[in-house]
Amino acid sequence: MSSNNSSLLLKNIRLIDAGQNRDEKNLDILLRDGKVAEIAPDISFAADQVIDLDGAWVMPGAIDLHVHLREPGFEYKETILSGARAAVAGGFTSIACMANTRPVNDSAAVTRFILEQARSAPAKVLPIAAISKGMAGEELVEMGDLSAAGAVAFSDDGKTVANSKLLRHALEYASLFNKPLLCHCQDNALFADGVIHEGLISAAHGLPGIPTLAEDIDIARSIMLAEYLKVPIHICHLSTAEGIRLVRSAKDRGVKVTAEATPHHLFLDERAVIDLACGEVLDDSLKPNQLRYNTVTKMSPPLRATTDVSALREALADGTIDVIATDHAPHEATEKAVEYELAPFGVIGLETAVALGLRLINEKVLTPLELTARLSLAPAEILGLDDRGSLAVGMAADLMIVDPELEWTVDPEKFYSKARNTPFAGWRMQGRVVKTIVDGKVVFNL
Amino acid sequence: MGFERKDLLGTRDLSAIEIRSLLESAESFKEIAERPLKKVPALRGKTVVNLFFEPSTRTRTSFEIAAKRLSADAVNMSVSTSSVVKGESLLDTVDNIQAMAPDIIVVRHKFVGAAHMIAGRVGARVVNAGDGANEHPTQALLDMLTISEHKRLGPGLTVAIIGDIAHSRVARSNIWALTTLGVTVRVCAPPTMLPRELEKIPGLVVCERPEEALAGVDVVMMLRIQLERQDRLLFPSIRDYARIFGLNRQRLDLAAADAIVMHPGPINRGVEITSEVADGSRAVILNQVSNGVALRMAVLFLLGGQSYE
Repeated sequence: MSSNNSSLLLKNIRLIDAGQNRDEKNLDILLRDGKVAEIAPDISFAADQVIDLDGAWVMPGAIDLHVHLREPGFEYKETILSGARAAVAGGFTSIACMANTRPVNDSAAVTRFILEQARSAPAKVLPIAAISKGMAGEELVEMGDLSAAGAVAFSDDGKTVANSKLLRHALEYASLFNKPLLCHCQDNALFADGVIHEGLISAAHGLPGIPTLAEDIDIARSIMLAEYLKVPIHICHLSTAEGIRLVRSAKDRGVKVTAEATPHHLFLDERAVIDLACGEVLDDSLKPNQLRYNTVTKMSPPLRATTDVSALREALADGTIDVIATDHAPHEATEKAVEYELAPFGVIGLETAVALGLRLINEKVLTPLELTARLSLAPAEILGLDDRGSLAVGMAADLMIVDPELEWTVDPEKFYSKARNTPFAGWRMQGRVVKTIVDGKVVFNL
Repeated sequence: MGFERKDLLGTRDLSAIEIRSLLESAESFKEIAERPLKKVPALRGKTVVNLFFEPSTRTRTSFEIAAKRLSADAVNMSVSTSSVVKGESLLDTVDNIQAMAPDIIVVRHKFVGAAHMIAGRVGARVVNAGDGANEHPTQALLDMLTISEHKRLGPGLTVAIIGDIAHSRVARSNIWALTTLGVTVRVCAPPTMLPRELEKIPGLVVCERPEEALAGVDVVMMLRIQLERQDRLLFPSIRDYARIFGLNRQRLDLAAADAIVMHPGPINRGVEITSEVADGSRAVILNQVSNGVALRMAVLFLLGGQSYE
């Protein structure tokens, strides 16, 4: 984004910012030239624009280090522009997009194309390059060239780098550039033709199961490599209690491992496959026959057992899970309107994640400060973005304004994303992003 | 009547009353097969489409005969799944069929939930004739009908289901129907074909060895072993499977003296069941086939024939 030679004064805010460890009411924040200029109880400055927020929350803009924007190659699912619009509507000011486009983002040319397309986007778009050429798991991409072109991380997300020697060298080589590897951990042979969690629901309904083991074995392998090489590693979308245990004990040993969890794994379990409502009081937008085997419950890793969900929430609270990331995976409606076993994996999340995060506060899983740590501070640190993730003076003026009381119902028809494949349709929420500001400029206004 | 659903998608959600009323109705259709003129006008003018996305001669024929004996117009439509994957979607196929205004669609599909998807889409009544490894309700109901000819179908009865439980819709539909009726169900399979967490299903006893499952049991249900599963590393060889899990004379002797032997067919002789047992006096495998027609007549009648009451 180009910086903004203007000033905006937000008055009467509650500032919530883990980076400064501040959760304080009755403050004003002045944004000048795209940066945070001053935070004080009563700022008198003749700003170009003054907004009295009447006690609304101001939090650093959320940073999603795991989204799929589908461009180039699958623009019918999502474009960089539509994905970025969805992002800012949900409070995300920076989004890191995975490399599984067509062509795969395995060359500086593709990275530059993504950045070029992102110039008109309302959010900051950060390309993640593939680890291996064509994500084929055979040869390393030109990490130096890609880093220079603007890649912020490397990942063969959706696929695992099954060859441990290749993964070893990827970790070693990426450390030259201080770029993290984001690992989608999955043992492909154990994953096999699975479509849902291997557990009670797969046993009862005959849907092929994905064992937790398929994830855990690969998390263990990834952690062992990082520990041996003394390099950082980031584990994508943890979903299992055992995976959490592995990450927690690695952190205790001092391994530089970080981990993320998605909102859908924090709020839904395997039972959603046969009853999408699953205890939630939905509005009547879903017909009864849409509640069973609805493909919006199909993603990888799958929705796990209730015990995994509680372990995930505990790990999010105690910091074992550093980051909430959406794994925003848009698909066109007809692609999902097929037999469950044939449907593509993935759900969207950019426009519901922060609201679900606010719900975690209401449910006493997280404090507001912890939420900003998981949504902003930690992802900025992992990606090495030292100009954002916090609203300290001098940082980029990337922020979201939240009305914590606002009640609303998730209506996918109103999404900015091109896609509608959310499992949260009809959910009644309390708390919503009402304005999003990037580089001092209002880019979303409810 | 006790059956007032739009569709028959599975036995999982059926109540004991619904199951009993389906069986009662099937009883009354049995004698039609004995008549010289095996036809009643119950569904005259009704159209039944047998929509089969997976090859199945037996089930399709059974539904076709059932429909024709009720005087319905039965149309068979076979769609190869591979062409569906590449081309027309399931919902497009179904919209096309619905546009021809059938009264009942009988559907067989290799994937779980396909019948549910169709039922949610069309006005026609839908009968699930097998969806992936999920449900095959008419098979379970014809099995109930067959058991009830020999045994008191309810609490006190013990049924052993032996074979590839993990991939069997027949096993699942039978488990739901039997447990709903209060029958004790033992299941037995190689550990590679036993779904994880199956033991959490109420009313099920999971047995490691067939000897354990068979001990004193009233009904033995053998499942067809799908030979192609060998390629998926689920068992080392047919020979090894037959040795440990096959039903032979010696193993059958462990069951109650008056135990009956069932199999959904088609049987692999010498694999899950020896010819001696399959053709023996305790086998009711062909009764199952005959009862299949009566049971399916009852289902089609109850779904499509109310106006002829």
